[in-house]
Amino acid sequence: MLTILFDGIAYGMLLFLIASGLAVTLGLMNFINLAHGAFAMAGGYLAAVLSNRMGVPFVLTLPLAFLFAAAIGAILEPTLYRRLYRRPHLDQVLFSIGLVFMAIAATTYFFGATQQFVKLPDYLRTRFEVAGIGIGSYRLFIIVICAILTVALQLILTKTRFGSRLRAAVDDPRVAAGLGINVNVVFLSTFAFGSGLAGLGGALGAELLGLDPSFPLKYMIYFLVVVAVGGTTTITGPLFASLLLGIADVAGKYYVPKLGAFIIYCVMIIVLLVRPQGLFARAGGR
Amino acid sequence: MTLAALRTHGLCKQFGGITATQDVSITIARGARHALIGPNGAGKTTLVNLLTGVLQPSAGRIELEGEDITGMPAHQRVRRGLVRTFQINQLFAAFTPIETMSLVIAQREGQGADCFRALCRHAGAVDEAIALLERFHLAADMDVRTSMLPYGKRRLLEIAIAVASRPRVLLLDEPVAGVPVGESKEILDTLSALPSDVSVLLIEHDMDLVFRFATRMSVLVNGALFVEGTTNEIARNPEVKAVYLGEASHA
Amino acid sequence: MATAPPASRISTTRFLRSTRIRSYEIVVWALAVAALVVFPAHAPLWNEIAILALFAVSLGHAAFFGTGCYAAALFAKHVMPDPLVGLAVAAIAAGLLGLITSPLVLRGSDLTRLMVTLGVALILFELANRYSEITGGADGLQGVVMGPLLGLFKFGLDGRVGYSYSLIVLFLLFVLARRIVNSPFGYGLRAIRDNRLRATAIGINANARLAAVYTLAGAYGGVAGALLAQTTAFASLDVLDFHRSADVMLVLVVGGIGYLYGGLLGAVVFTVLRDQLSALSPEYWQFWLGLVLVIVVLVGHERLARPWHRLADWFERRAEASRAGVEASR
Repeated sequence: MLTILFDGIAYGMLLFLIASGLAVTLGLMNFINLAHGAFAMAGGYLAAVLSNRMGVPFVLTLPLAFLFAAAIGAILEPTLYRRLYRRPHLDQVLFSIGLVFMAIAATTYFFGATQQFVKLPDYLRTRFEVAGIGIGSYRLFIIVICAILTVALQLILTKTRFGSRLRAAVDDPRVAAGLGINVNVVFLSTFAFGSGLAGLGGALGAELLGLDPSFPLKYMIYFLVVVAVGGTTTITGPLFASLLLGIADVAGKYYVPKLGAFIIYCVMIIVLLVRPQGLFARAGGR
Repeated sequence: MTLAALRTHGLCKQFGGITATQDVSITIARGARHALIGPNGAGKTTLVNLLTGVLQPSAGRIELEGEDITGMPAHQRVRRGLVRTFQINQLFAAFTPIETMSLVIAQREGQGADCFRALCRHAGAVDEAIALLERFHLAADMDVRTSMLPYGKRRLLEIAIAVASRPRVLLLDEPVAGVPVGESKEILDTLSALPSDVSVLLIEHDMDLVFRFATRMSVLVNGALFVEGTTNEIARNPEVKAVYLGEASHA
Repeated sequence: MATAPPASRISTTRFLRSTRIRSYEIVVWALAVAALVVFPAHAPLWNEIAILALFAVSLGHAAFFGTGCYAAALFAKHVMPDPLVGLAVAAIAAGLLGLITSPLVLRGSDLTRLMVTLGVALILFELANRYSEITGGADGLQGVVMGPLLGLFKFGLDGRVGYSYSLIVLFLLFVLARRIVNSPFGYGLRAIRDNRLRATAIGINANARLAAVYTLAGAYGGVAGALLAQTTAFASLDVLDFHRSADVMLVLVVGGIGYLYGGLLGAVVFTVLRDQLSALSPEYWQFWLGLVLVIVVLVGHERLARPWHRLADWFERRAEASRAGVEASR
């Protein structure tokens, strides 16, 4: 059972890594970006191509996936996304769904509809036992990387000037702009960074989550659950929500396979009923 | 003992660490012309929001004509005759004045849930709406979208809505705020023409209006009732002057 | 307060004429009937459009569509094959679902509501999957045979009876929706959307009204789903799928929310577009659909709808002119 807990944590941390970009986009630009999963998919496919066809070591593909996805984000934000910040949420949803459709179709065109695999190095394919718990080294690697990144994120947010500017811009963009903070630059860099993280998560987790063209749609609901339940005003909110979701999903699929996803949705609805602003949001946050 | 129109007992409202309303016990008599004054930020609008149910009090009770309405939802208070105007116009931007007024009257007459007969076919409501719009000199604009109307006319519409609701207790939140002097006459005439059985609580900064209109006054400072009395008593009260001299005087 | 009508009522307000049937409306319905007469072979396509339009009017929650669809199909299979009774059953079933889930959508932000709506649809999907003995699962419910409409008109493979049936139902429900929009209830809903604070301040119980309209939308969506089940004699998991809602969203983007005829127009455009695009490149029409969606949103549907409004106004003015001409010549 502890193995399941371990697997669930790995899954949850991966979800968190990818969803954190979505949380920031929603909290900062108030933009519901359903295409966020496509950035993760982009990173995953890059890693698959690099590791399989060009023999690039797995660990090296991770930062490359980050940069790739971040670059795409940096291009799309000022050209497309920025025009829609003031639009009603429905328009943003429709827009991002359109992007997803295009991404899925394009990916199918270039890579076919079958699942792609990332070539994992041998040292990540081992399993070992610690105090009776089966631990896969791949999952352990995921947890370690994600934990490091989470801590780094928290440090960036709280200790750096960029982090302060970001938090100011999230709280009140008009006032932040009035203080001389270049809100456009903050938005651009944050969006790119969030997309990069998604790409990194996609590459890191391709073997765990399954990489095929329908990835963005399959997992979009999970990312949305993380953000809706965890709120967008903290890092710990989505983190806990992701962990909960990851563990619940893994445990559910193991113990009650026919009802697995079902329980997640029920729990989510109940949570949102009781606390419509999410489990961890500050009162008055979005 | 005659029933007060509106009475509060120890009303309090806290927002986190800030106490916006402190133990306010105010009585508005039947047919009153009661003014609520106080420096900016004293909590006057907060008090009105508490009375109408937009905000829930942290403590205390509210009674409308003897009935405890503390837990009653806002829309039900309106149906009991507790009507307010907003300091910042709250109108239906997409509707025309005739549509707004017809809706208000139809709603008042209990026809709000009618799904089948078109609003414009509710002849009684439409006739009354037209008559009211004429009284407020808005008849020429009755088919113009509210968002296109100038500020003064929108303010008139705001007041017209309140009158159309046939209030028993009327809370006026700075009715002439921002209205040019030339256009405020209609509003003032309306206030004077209000039936004597309607109880009015007027929030205003314009002291001329207050002294002309009100017979009783309450002064709110920092969320608490500072002093209360007849208009003459308050006018002569040196402490009230001191409280007001603390801020720049507005026209 | 009944007094004699004031003198100025003679120069009457435009408001009193707001429920008049506009000439473009007649054109739309005439075209819809003409489609069947002139292109009977395309009846199944017209049928699709009609069902989609009805679904769009209901704002398109797949949960209701799917519920109505399965309710009608199962009802026909196990209880009684009469289509009209089945339609009523489906409407009630979906309406009940709307009523029960309405508290869920009254609270929270846009994101919360989106998640809850999605969640409900996904739960239903999983349930239908789980109980595939009853629902037929992914392969679909087999053996649904519809009885003849009103005992007279049998549903044939050519789809003409099907389309006529759908069109009539669409028309009737549309007329009903139009009445509701112009009624005090409809105005109250618009008021809530325009300024909820003010709506409450004139005595409107916002939550009750929203719950009521959500229930009604549920019933409408259920009827749309039932029409699909009855005219195609089939129901499968596909009706609960997200793409149903996504389709409607595209319809609404094109047609604009809040315009009844927008849904109709959008349904036509969407179906035609989808058919043309999938004929062009069958596997990758999704790409073009996505592209269209992106472009439409970027351009903005107000700008897209403007030519249609101008067209409608032009019709109106011509009708008025000819009416005035008739009056003058008397």
